[in-house]
Amino acid sequence: MSADVASLEPEARPLLEVEHLVVEHHLPGGARVHAVSDVSLTLQRGETLGLVGESGCGKSSIARSILMLRPPNSGSVRLNGEELVGIGPARLRELRSQMLIIFQDPISSLNPRRTVRSIVAEGLVIQGRPLPHKELVDQTLRDVGLDPDAVGGRRPHELSGGQCQRVAIARALVLQPALLVCDEAVSALDVSVRAQILNLLEDLRERLGLTLLFISHDLAVVNAVSDRVAIMYLGKICELAPVDAIYGDPQHPYTHGLLEAIPQPDPDIPLAPLELVGETASPIDPPSGCRFRTRCPRAEALCAADEPLLRPLTDGHYVACHFPGPTHSFSMIQTGTTGDDSTGA
Amino acid sequence: MTAIEGLPVTVAAGIDPTMPPGPGGRSTASGVATTRRRGRASRVMAILAIMWLGLVLVLAIGADLLPLAPYDAPVGGPRETPGLRLHEPLGTDAIGRSQLSRAIYGARVSLSVGILSVLLGLAAGGTLGMIAGYFGGKLDAVIGTLNDSVLAFPPLVLLLAITAIFRQSLPTLIGSLAVLSTPSFVRLARAGALSYKEREFVIAARSMGASHARILTRELLPNLMFSLLSYSFLIVAVIIVAEGSLSFLGLGIPPPTPSWGGMVATGRDYLATDPQLVFTPAVIFLLTVLSFNVLGDRARRRFDTRASALS
Repeated sequence: MSADVASLEPEARPLLEVEHLVVEHHLPGGARVHAVSDVSLTLQRGETLGLVGESGCGKSSIARSILMLRPPNSGSVRLNGEELVGIGPARLRELRSQMLIIFQDPISSLNPRRTVRSIVAEGLVIQGRPLPHKELVDQTLRDVGLDPDAVGGRRPHELSGGQCQRVAIARALVLQPALLVCDEAVSALDVSVRAQILNLLEDLRERLGLTLLFISHDLAVVNAVSDRVAIMYLGKICELAPVDAIYGDPQHPYTHGLLEAIPQPDPDIPLAPLELVGETASPIDPPSGCRFRTRCPRAEALCAADEPLLRPLTDGHYVACHFPGPTHSFSMIQTGTTGDDSTGA
Repeated sequence: MTAIEGLPVTVAAGIDPTMPPGPGGRSTASGVATTRRRGRASRVMAILAIMWLGLVLVLAIGADLLPLAPYDAPVGGPRETPGLRLHEPLGTDAIGRSQLSRAIYGARVSLSVGILSVLLGLAAGGTLGMIAGYFGGKLDAVIGTLNDSVLAFPPLVLLLAITAIFRQSLPTLIGSLAVLSTPSFVRLARAGALSYKEREFVIAARSMGASHARILTRELLPNLMFSLLSYSFLIVAVIIVAEGSLSFLGLGIPPPTPSWGGMVATGRDYLATDPQLVFTPAVIFLLTVLSFNVLGDRARRRFDTRASALS
């Protein structure tokens, strides 16, 4: 349905190619949640793609489908050109060392009953890497800024949140993956610790040539780390562009709304009236045509009848909107709601 | 004797109105001083419980090495009063057998039945519960239905049915009580597996390619083991009581092998004239069950990671 993104990319073979990915969850009673509907994206080697959207828009479903933790209902996921959908379990197990994930909750992502060294070594054991592991484990702990002799024998509850997240990163890195999926990886951390972890990820990316899929609802964080940004709404990508274009020249009305909703850290600036009003439509019964039309200030009859495809506007800038545009050429809608974080939590 | 002297203390501290009963209950007291005082009392009780259980265990295991009278032959007149004869401090039973010897050999039966059947129930129930909770779906439905049927059956009727079908013996008794103790472990392990299986460290293990068997044994089991083990203490107490009830009904260990429940049963006829025949085994019984309860409760609170993380 969407434009053939892969062919428009300048470089040769992307590390990850996702095409027409569909993920549906079944609810008791027969209803289906359309978590991800026909999403296509690619990741070039060494780049960071930011994936932004409200809670429940399907960001994590995309991450888990790419990693085959929850195989997609249809579509294709290729890592290094190798199709992952429908692959045999033995080969999938091998490929899993190439693509790893870091989660939001640093404490919950570590087994409380195991020591740091055993947690970091786990991937090596699962993948059957030759013994001994200690040298590599300790080196990886040093790589993420932890002293293996000080923390190696501790358990997660004896560490701070930031240290736990470093351990989680070490657990992934010890397998030397090509792709690292960060699913809200810094959202649960304090601002200062968040900056440290972001710097660490940036540093590791440069040193190890990692490719990152960086999922977040925090536009400021995504701005800081991403090369390109994809904005998601209700299971679909509505805008995908280099980071400067997204933040400097947003075309989709939803992107406008998200950027407008970022509070300015200055008490003298009055809160702008929210551009985004109303609730996200239900992913169980998404609207016809454009899924954003129920909240869109630019919506017209065409939007209900015809679904806008993700198509290139300029080089590398894709928008799925019938009426893309940079300016507020539409009437602002004011409501009584104030300060509501429309980017979700 | 320490444990018996300490009884009033342990009983007084054991009845704690602020503590909700059953697994999962947690102390909700707010005062720090109260908590500290209760902590000390609970420590004293735990030490007394360990001492009592240690004494019973050592005597039961070493019974053959002790200079005890035979438990199945009369050593004096019937119903002799305790304390009158140096080598028979607990007196004799209705047909003149040594009460001390019978109590110690009875401990063998009660403890081995209690501990072995709970270990069997723990292994079976823990495995089934973890599988049900982790895999969910049809497997969960089948295991859950079976489990509920066992629970819905009146336990005494189930035991009567089993003892009626099979020969009355120690293995039969252990087996049937293991069946009775299994459902609690199934539920506990299932609930634990359900709460852990969506935790991110389990998903992380899956994302690295861990097999189901590895996730069950290396990720889930270590996290469930402590709550299952501490719950086992409480179940041992329940099973010892169940064994006593069965012996009391004459469905336990066939005579002349003594068991505490059997001793109470035979002494019952003389309750009006010689109450010590019932009270001696009953007190030993009570202290043992109480000790298991105290230790189980303490272990549960000690290893409840969520509670300890808050303090």
